[in-house]
Amino acid sequence: MIKKLTCIECPKGCQLEIETDGSRVIRVTGNQCEKGVAYAQQEIEDPRRILTSTVLTQGLSVKMLPVRTSAPIPKIKLMEAMAEVKRLRLDRPVAVNEPIVKNFMGLGVDLVSTRSAE
Amino acid sequence: MENRDLVIVGAGPAGMAAALSAYENGIKDILLLERDQYLGGILNQCIHPGFGLHHFKEDLTGPEYADRFIKKIEGIKEIEVSLKSFVVHLSGDKTLTYFKPGKMEQIKCKALIMATGCRERTREMIHIPGTRPAGIYPAGLAQKMINMEGWLPGREVVVVGSGDIGLIMARRFTLEGAKVKAVIEIQKESRGLVRNVVQCLEDFEIPLYFLHRISKIHGRDRVERVTVENIETKETFDLTCDTVLISVGLIPENDLVEMAGVELDKATNCPRSTETNKCSIPGIFICGNAYKVYDLVDWVTRDSARAGKMAAEYIKGLK
Repeated sequence: MIKKLTCIECPKGCQLEIETDGSRVIRVTGNQCEKGVAYAQQEIEDPRRILTSTVLTQGLSVKMLPVRTSAPIPKIKLMEAMAEVKRLRLDRPVAVNEPIVKNFMGLGVDLVSTRSAE
Repeated sequence: MENRDLVIVGAGPAGMAAALSAYENGIKDILLLERDQYLGGILNQCIHPGFGLHHFKEDLTGPEYADRFIKKIEGIKEIEVSLKSFVVHLSGDKTLTYFKPGKMEQIKCKALIMATGCRERTREMIHIPGTRPAGIYPAGLAQKMINMEGWLPGREVVVVGSGDIGLIMARRFTLEGAKVKAVIEIQKESRGLVRNVVQCLEDFEIPLYFLHRISKIHGRDRVERVTVENIETKETFDLTCDTVLISVGLIPENDLVEMAGVELDKATNCPRSTETNKCSIPGIFICGNAYKVYDLVDWVTRDSARAGKMAAEYIKGLK
């Protein structure tokens, strides 16, 4: 099976053609450097994204506290993670990069603040 | 009237970098005016990553990037920060008037740095025909509504323009549960980063139409649908939606310096200038997106730090 992807490792945006067996990469063409191969492998076998969103606060200096996952999470979990973020309420002061939820959804990453709130 | 060595208007990335650099270059009497209730400017609403890859060699979100500078500013007592302070008048002799809660202040300074950022181009500026219902927002305003206020401005969205703000808002609306019907781009390619086209549109299967424009907005009280036209074949189709986001570029905000007599370029609203950060009045420096629209905040920081140094040298040269 052939899949097509745009490499995002640099602004060149190589159009990759990736031969796969459905779940594993067999061969990559169209890349101008080795980064394209690694990118294709990650994207086909385990695509991940950093999620950024906001958490509603109660009685703090900002109404919406911006947050991020401390590392990329599986792409397929993004919408589920959003639903979880929307359920959260924060009423304690936080510093920048302080964990709001440790081991978020059991994914092995933390949900951390990206701004301070008092 | 109060006298100051250096006044800086705007405490976003440009104003903060300029203040820190002026301080490091020997100026110890600095007033930093900010109209919002926080330091950081637009970075506070840019909650997505991609900031600081050049300046910090790290992938930061907007608020994290801002925080690095806010912490430094707050640690320097010679930089006086005045929040909720809105400048309403500026004259060519560097006298400015500003309001803050309960007060009107007038200040004369030796050098002035304007770091007032930019505004979004609007629907009116690109002449989209049709009715004038509710539901048409500049993309950056919608970003502020969602990320700062927690409001979702619409449920079915069409985005006009495929610059980075439009792409990022397409993803943000999708994550918040809205349906983004399409991104409409009149050019034949996106002005946005490849990374954003892939991660904001392709990830969520949002269609991107090149060489198309919105030829009409329909709806009486609220947007109901838009007509999309292929600019080459003139073929059209309709998309139902309740929201149209306009993401078609930015204009430097230079009303105050224009009031002071600084010459502006009519087409871009940038100051007429022979050297980065300088304008037609000596001692007034303009930096960041007010000087020209930058694509990366890292370059705003770099050039604005230079403005701070230029202002410091100007002040020292007066003695």
